[in-house]
Amino acid sequence: MTTTTPMGHGRMLRKEDRRFVRGRGRYVDDLQLPGMLHLAVLRSPVAHARIVSIDTLAAEAHPKVKAVVTGAMLAERGLAWMPTLSGDRQAVLATDKVRFQGQEVAFVVAEDRYSARDALELIDVEYDLLEPVVDVRRALDPDAALIRDDVPGKTDNHCFDWETGDAAAAEAVFARAEVVVRQELVFPRVHPAPMETCGAVADYDRIEEKLTLWSTTQAPHAHRTLLSMFAGIPEHRIRVVSPDIGGGFGNKVPVYPGYVHAIVGSIMTGRPVKWTEDRTENLVASGFARDYVMQGEIAATREGRILAVRSHVLADHGAFNGTAAPRKFPGGFFGVFTGSYDIEAAYCSMTAVHTNKAPGGVAYACSFRIAEAVYLVERLVDMLAAELDRDPVSLRMQNFIRPDQFPYTSRTGWVYDSGDYPRAMELALQIAGYDELRAEQAERRARGAGEPLMGIGVSFFTEAVGAGPRKDMDMLGLGMADGCELRVHPTGSAVVRISVQTQGQGHETTFAQLIAEELGLHPDDVDVVHGDTDSTPYGLGTYGSRSTPVSGAAAVLAARRVRDKAQLIAAGMLEVAPDDLEWSTAQGGGRFDVRGVPGSGVTIQEVAMRAHGAGDLPDGVEGGLDAQISYNPDNLTYPFGAYICVVDIDPGTAVVTVRRFIAVDDCGTRINEMIVEGQIHGGLTDGIGMALMEFIGFDEHGNCLGGSLMDYLIPTALEVPDWETGTTVTPAPDHPIGAKGVGESATVGSPPAVVNAVIDALAPYGVRHADMPLTPSRVWEAMQGRAAPPF
Amino acid sequence: MTSLFEEVPATADADADVPVRRVTVTLNGERRAADVEPRLLLAHLLRQGFRLTGTHTGCDTTNCGACTVLVDGLPVKSCTMLAVQADGHDVTTVEGLAGPSGLHPLQEGFKDEHGLQCGFCTPGMMLAAKALLEENPDPTEDEVRFALSGNLCRCTGYQNIVKAVLWAAKRMNGSEQ
Ligand code: FES
Ligand code: FES
Repeated sequence: MTTTTPMGHGRMLRKEDRRFVRGRGRYVDDLQLPGMLHLAVLRSPVAHARIVSIDTLAAEAHPKVKAVVTGAMLAERGLAWMPTLSGDRQAVLATDKVRFQGQEVAFVVAEDRYSARDALELIDVEYDLLEPVVDVRRALDPDAALIRDDVPGKTDNHCFDWETGDAAAAEAVFARAEVVVRQELVFPRVHPAPMETCGAVADYDRIEEKLTLWSTTQAPHAHRTLLSMFAGIPEHRIRVVSPDIGGGFGNKVPVYPGYVHAIVGSIMTGRPVKWTEDRTENLVASGFARDYVMQGEIAATREGRILAVRSHVLADHGAFNGTAAPRKFPGGFFGVFTGSYDIEAAYCSMTAVHTNKAPGGVAYACSFRIAEAVYLVERLVDMLAAELDRDPVSLRMQNFIRPDQFPYTSRTGWVYDSGDYPRAMELALQIAGYDELRAEQAERRARGAGEPLMGIGVSFFTEAVGAGPRKDMDMLGLGMADGCELRVHPTGSAVVRISVQTQGQGHETTFAQLIAEELGLHPDDVDVVHGDTDSTPYGLGTYGSRSTPVSGAAAVLAARRVRDKAQLIAAGMLEVAPDDLEWSTAQGGGRFDVRGVPGSGVTIQEVAMRAHGAGDLPDGVEGGLDAQISYNPDNLTYPFGAYICVVDIDPGTAVVTVRRFIAVDDCGTRINEMIVEGQIHGGLTDGIGMALMEFIGFDEHGNCLGGSLMDYLIPTALEVPDWETGTTVTPAPDHPIGAKGVGESATVGSPPAVVNAVIDALAPYGVRHADMPLTPSRVWEAMQGRAAPPF
Repeated sequence: MTSLFEEVPATADADADVPVRRVTVTLNGERRAADVEPRLLLAHLLRQGFRLTGTHTGCDTTNCGACTVLVDGLPVKSCTMLAVQADGHDVTTVEGLAGPSGLHPLQEGFKDEHGLQCGFCTPGMMLAAKALLEENPDPTEDEVRFALSGNLCRCTGYQNIVKAVLWAAKRMNGSEQ
């Protein structure tokens, strides 16, 4: 048996698993309400077309159909368009045109799921085809078709421009640099594809005029506010419930048209309405990720001192800007593209465009575009190493921000809180046996033909997570704070209510551990309530690895506030001054004792009983033992890590096998080692997926080529190795327990390690770079000297 | 309410000219029957008809394995089998895994080795693993990976799932000290 740590920050088995291993999870699609109807969405088969007519008569005549709704009907109610999280708008149902394949055109509400689908077949839509804009590089051509003619005065497909850093300073450094390496790097469109697709059950109570929406959302409170602002239902009459979620990874941050359809359907029929998307709908129409074409440049001295990094990014945001990023950061946190290195100058300019593809952009555990930034800088550093004939590890070591430089302000203005990069890198080298690996590689290369091509790839990442400080960040005007409400009952057990929403991260366990540690309770005596806006305090939700840095801090501070009050009450009970008491958990539970006299005092449970009981309380102290916090972080936290990937490539088939993967992560203080490791394993698997197989491509007509799990490949148990993990702990100075957040670290840090390993393996073929996904055919082309971007 | 998902005795809608077939299965050891449309998928009969929502569906193309159940002891993707095809057969879902004396070793193993995060793939994983262990009580790590390669997980990176299955194998074959 594995031991559990009953208290404190340790490996504790998860509370939520009791229901999951019994098949008693409560996912949205499991919901079955009396009288519930089912909704299915008719989607555009083409990427760009004008809608000439929609004939719904036959569908309406279907005996089991209760409602058929088109964009024109929504337009009459002012509901045809809704705001996106990035200040653009998106069609709830297409009115004028369809702008991507899979766009919502009409929906049907019927007695059962099968009949709703049947009725879709009965709707007749006449489309007048338009030229689709598919190639992101040609989206701004003067003759490109105009996608967003719904926006008054719009004449092109431009979405936004953004820049960061100092262009002149960077130019000056590049002009005098001894060595400059340039490369176009494509991070293709990928999809988070959580195993559970998106869905909702809407139940509008006409008598109470109250909407209850069960939905697959990572941010229930933000959704409530948005829905209220958009649909005109007062916010206190909306309850958003996010029950168990089958994985999110950013896919469940946006408000999707389907949620609105379910709401409209329920209002119209007076009955609960369920919408569950199928996998194709999920892949084709819901929030994608990445899709950046990056022109990267790195400047250095001949001795390997990195001087500057510069990039221009062409960002494909699809038909509507559905990105979910803080308002002042349209390119997310891409600004940290200077990575983990102390350099003299940096500059990035970005042009975002619309194409006839699904909206989205920030998803798939990217920490708001840091996945793209890390990929850029870590590929460039590796290419520089190749150019200078240097070992990629020693080149990184030479240029790291030194431990004594923290807090470190980067050339693009980010204040890295704490770090010890050489220590993490050293540990990774040691676990890997790096020198032996290089020796093995040299030996194999010397033996030549027939040997598998062995490659060793290194990456080092720094993330900026825990958005975010009120002064810098908001989403649609909402500050990115998170709330926590803690109640300690008379008998000393507690309930903690939090504003963030787990999608598998284990909040029911880790938040109980946080409170238990602070109050000297057993984690089993602390229950966590989340995912229901009627019973939890306000906050912006779980994405961008922000639960621990923001909501975790709120929980700790709420517990400390309770403890401070408990100290006053204990002092009253013991008739001493509060300062004469000391707190300890040494005897297995929290207690206040008179300083220097162990065992003289009272337990936290006794204090709780007094707080609620009939005895006297000190002057000015209210009864009860509760606290409420809304936590606004002072700064982001900056987790980091060193990754090493070893691959073997079959020279005959060009199939890449990941032989080993070593991951050293530093996310500051760890609350539950087991859960942290588990999240790292999952993220590393994402990295292998993105690097080797995952790809949402399009043909020249704008047809999505990754619309099912037969075409959009995600790793199985056979494609991933046993992960070798290591830990260093550099606490976050601005977080009450020094924790930094880890949910996306491995997804962000691993793709460049895999790609660097593949390129390293192909060095004998003179391959300098090849873009993801490194499928056998694309690796084979690279070996033949024909490496080409994926689009 | 439609008759489509209703357990017998079903009151077929008067206006529906949909053919209905009686399906009788032994579900987790109990005899259950339902009147269904011939096109109804087994996964949907289990979830909506019999209200056993531990069987999940995660794709439309038989790739993900979230819907895996055992039919006569063999792992089957219940999204790819018609309910009528299960007529007369023995079906085991995750709800039938635990015995009267507590959790099945696989359920214990998944908890103990942190073999799940969001839990969506977990029922399918455990049933696929159960079929493996019945055929091969002492599998190697590679054999476990191969047996589970039809089941996708987006959260765990598989390593702890593999460990969970090996944990259960040891417990079940008595090799655990
Ligand atoms: S639902 Fe994906 S295989 Fe059955
Ligand atoms: S635990 Fe989430 S998909 Fe496997």
